[in-house]
Amino acid sequence: MEQAAGHAHGEGQQHPVSVYLWIWALLFVFSTFSYLVDYFHFHGYLRWTLIITFMVVKAGLIVAIFMHMAWERLALKFAILVPPLVLLILIGLMAVEGAHTFLTRLTSFLR
Amino acid sequence: MAENAVTTTTGESTAALEGLPGVVSDWSADKQAFPVPWGKAMMWIFLLSDTFIFTCFLTSYMNVRISTTVPWPNPSEVFALNIGNQHIPLILIAIMTMVLITSSGTMAMAVNFGYRRHRANTTALMLITAAFGAIFVGMQAFEWTKLIREGVRPWGNPLGATQFGSCFFMITGFHGLHVSAGVIYLTVVALRVWRGFYDRKGSYETVEITGLYWHFVDLVWVFIFAFFYLW
Repeated sequence: MEQAAGHAHGEGQQHPVSVYLWIWALLFVFSTFSYLVDYFHFHGYLRWTLIITFMVVKAGLIVAIFMHMAWERLALKFAILVPPLVLLILIGLMAVEGAHTFLTRLTSFLR
Repeated sequence: MAENAVTTTTGESTAALEGLPGVVSDWSADKQAFPVPWGKAMMWIFLLSDTFIFTCFLTSYMNVRISTTVPWPNPSEVFALNIGNQHIPLILIAIMTMVLITSSGTMAMAVNFGYRRHRANTTALMLITAAFGAIFVGMQAFEWTKLIREGVRPWGNPLGATQFGSCFFMITGFHGLHVSAGVIYLTVVALRVWRGFYDRKGSYETVEITGLYWHFVDLVWVFIFAFFYLW
């Protein structure tokens, strides 16, 4: 109980060492998987899906456990994790813009 | 959850609400919104702004990679090394990734020992973390030297698309700068831990805040590794 509610106290976040060791091991495993995607020359959508999956899992583990976000209150989670979602709009717009530039270059310079 | 009791402006103590009602009450109750040390809230907000900076870099990299008509250099080959007689693709980056994850683990343990007031263990683990960070920066310097010798420049390279060089130097350079700053930050805080500064202060929260920064550096590398080196 003192661990679950630790964030409200002066002594801060205290969690069993085993939690960190597990996450540490998992990060090694998923990093190895990421590397193997390249090593075994996976291509196309399989490659991209695997890369993104391993990336999201690793990022999630780091933020949730190592950075203790899982134990913070929802108000702080929202304040930090929601604003970056607007970046998806930037990424979407820039992907469209990049594709447009690519097509323009094809029609203008590679005739 | 008596431990979670918060004091309202009227002075009465009420149990903190959870879930969405908790968000509303935390943000609208005319009190401190985030029940964490102020340094921790500010570090999180700094990291949020850093997230935007790195996303802008990675997005511009995506944009130029989509729009170029020249083939993109294959990172798997660019960052391959010959170890013995073996030609191993991307091995340098794989080792750098492992070094950074190792340092993240030692940092998490340092935070844990800090809150248990193990001064010696906290100092040692933070210095080990800083050492791994220094090793990472060293390997990055090796990587830069290797690519510069091969003729890679921000304005062009013999391997393929011109934009490869500018993206590489900007993204890894900015990340390397963060790692270097982190090594200094960690060393300073580790020495303060050793001298008993946080025992006198009565709180080891600074160790956790330093840890947030360090884990963020690792977090950014996860995205750089996926999008720049593996894609």
